[in-house]
Amino acid sequence: MTREIAVVAFVQTRHEAEDGGLSETEMLAPVITGIKELTGLRRFGFTCSGSCDYLAGAPFSFVAALDAVGAWPPISESHVEMDAAWALYEAYVRLLHDDVDTALVYGFGKSSQADVRKVMTAQLDPYYLTPLVPDQVSLAALQARAYLERTGAKEDDLLAVAARSRAAGRANPYALHLEDPDASAGYAVAPLRSYDVAPVTDGAAAIVLAAGDRARELCEHPAWIRGIDHRADAHGLGARDLSRAEAARIAGERAGARDIEVAELHAQFSHEELMLREALGLGEDVQVNPSGGPLSANPIMATGLIRIGEAAARIHDGTARRTLGHATSGPCLQQNLVCVLEGDTRG
Amino acid sequence: MPSDPNHVLEFPGGYTRSVGPVIGRFLSELRDGRLVGVRTATGRVLVPPTEYDPDTGADVTGEWVEVGPAGTVTSWAWVPHPRPDHPLDRPFAWALVRPDGADTALLHALDLGVLDPGADPPRHLKTGLRVRPRWRAERRGEIGDIACFQPEVTMINAPTRLEYRVRGGRALDRFLAGIAEGRILGHRCPVCGSVIVPMKGLCPRDGVPTTEEVEVADTGTVTTFAVNNIPDPRAPEVPFVSAYILLDGADLTMLALVAGIPADQVRMGMRVRAAWRPREEWGPTMANIRWFEPLGEPDVPFERIKDYL
Repeated sequence: MTREIAVVAFVQTRHEAEDGGLSETEMLAPVITGIKELTGLRRFGFTCSGSCDYLAGAPFSFVAALDAVGAWPPISESHVEMDAAWALYEAYVRLLHDDVDTALVYGFGKSSQADVRKVMTAQLDPYYLTPLVPDQVSLAALQARAYLERTGAKEDDLLAVAARSRAAGRANPYALHLEDPDASAGYAVAPLRSYDVAPVTDGAAAIVLAAGDRARELCEHPAWIRGIDHRADAHGLGARDLSRAEAARIAGERAGARDIEVAELHAQFSHEELMLREALGLGEDVQVNPSGGPLSANPIMATGLIRIGEAAARIHDGTARRTLGHATSGPCLQQNLVCVLEGDTRG
Repeated sequence: MPSDPNHVLEFPGGYTRSVGPVIGRFLSELRDGRLVGVRTATGRVLVPPTEYDPDTGADVTGEWVEVGPAGTVTSWAWVPHPRPDHPLDRPFAWALVRPDGADTALLHALDLGVLDPGADPPRHLKTGLRVRPRWRAERRGEIGDIACFQPEVTMINAPTRLEYRVRGGRALDRFLAGIAEGRILGHRCPVCGSVIVPMKGLCPRDGVPTTEEVEVADTGTVTTFAVNNIPDPRAPEVPFVSAYILLDGADLTMLALVAGIPADQVRMGMRVRAAWRPREEWGPTMANIRWFEPLGEPDVPFERIKDYL
């Protein structure tokens, strides 16, 4: 039987909309200290991080972040140049090897240091796309148009997503506290308006995974990973049906996205929440992004990990039994990770 | 977004990349002004081409197909305020364009012409719009060899101007002489008794000459009207209303503008009065009457105007 692995701890920064003057490592350090205190662990069987050198504009910037973890005597460590949700996936697979029991996963990003809309063009096809500098919001707007035209959803439906996300975010001490969206706001790139776009955010988050009995020792209500899967759509935006999040659908199916009570979705644009709800088969009865989601705080490279952390936190605090965390990477929901979490059934 | 960067990440002179045979073929054809795609084993044509079939991961065939250059917009995003590094410096669309003969779409900028910053998307910009590339004269084998796409030609603008010197004729000259004095004149037909305004010197019904001059009021009734959405030199603000007005004492309607009331509140049977320009501006021209304005009297029942439509 496959080893049982759970999220046993989750810590995040109080995210900020503006550069608070801390380096990435300084921003991350309290989160690592916090999760060590929370679990009582000083060292972990495995450590994996997710971050993006292009946000800091410095190669191997993630290496400096290891100062926050403490790497002597030498630790077993890895890194993904993706959202830390994928670092969590790597740590999950590492724990399946059965020889270590705990893993530290963290992600961090300071979006405020650069122009994210342009930085994200560096991830695109270098032959056909990057030379045209199609910024991140423009590409998202192309997908929004395709989705709206296929489904008949209206721009007001996008406004409703933004309004609900911001209201929920104001109740979350870690999120940015944004005002209700101004319905008369102009287009950023039509059909998206400024409130449909996740805010620039600096922040970090960490999760500890543990296996089997070790998880039960570390956490009263472990959030067991019942299914985790990630899939990618074709790289070419014109080679796929942009109106559907097909990779998310498959990942959800394989991760077992059924009977979900709370879903935390990595929707950086209003329409992405609607697309993901459809792809993951989340009905009206599913509570989506009670944290406020990325539209209320989007610390890039930690945002996806936070979705899993928030989904786990609902199980840790006993308010839900089966939850879902989703993360995305790449342009227009190209890559998607779905993690289904469950608490112990009490008899 | 830093307005004043103190750190720059840059490969001086640009980053050199080899393109391989598939992308290389596409870019070489592009430099020659042709758009080509590559066929997959399942028969689909990929534009822009990749070395692999995105559906199956299998190698593509070596078969190249010329496509387009015309194509169809499959999705679009409107940029009201272009960024400095965007391909166009005026409002434009990003578009996925599926060239004719291709099964996939190409991303590029779509130019909709000269528009003010912040402009809304033009109404004719829709998914399904037919477009063609605008090629650069100097091409270098880059995706930017296409400067942008532009809509196919569906209309032309033909110069239309001929020059004349016209005379109004005796009856109209007399009518305009009245107008120059602030009077609206007509003729009564000796046969049917109708008062014809403006007079023509003839009764159009009976075909007989008319000479008996009658002055009519500058008040009247709207019998029918149209809401115009294309600006006119006399009515630059749209929408404006043009109406048939039956002047009190006249038996023929006159075409005039109606103003002083929102277009959607103009009614058949509405009572109106001429709004004259200041007397010192009067000349022998209908422009003396700027338009007709509501008089505030009760509407005339349809029964009484039904023969004047």
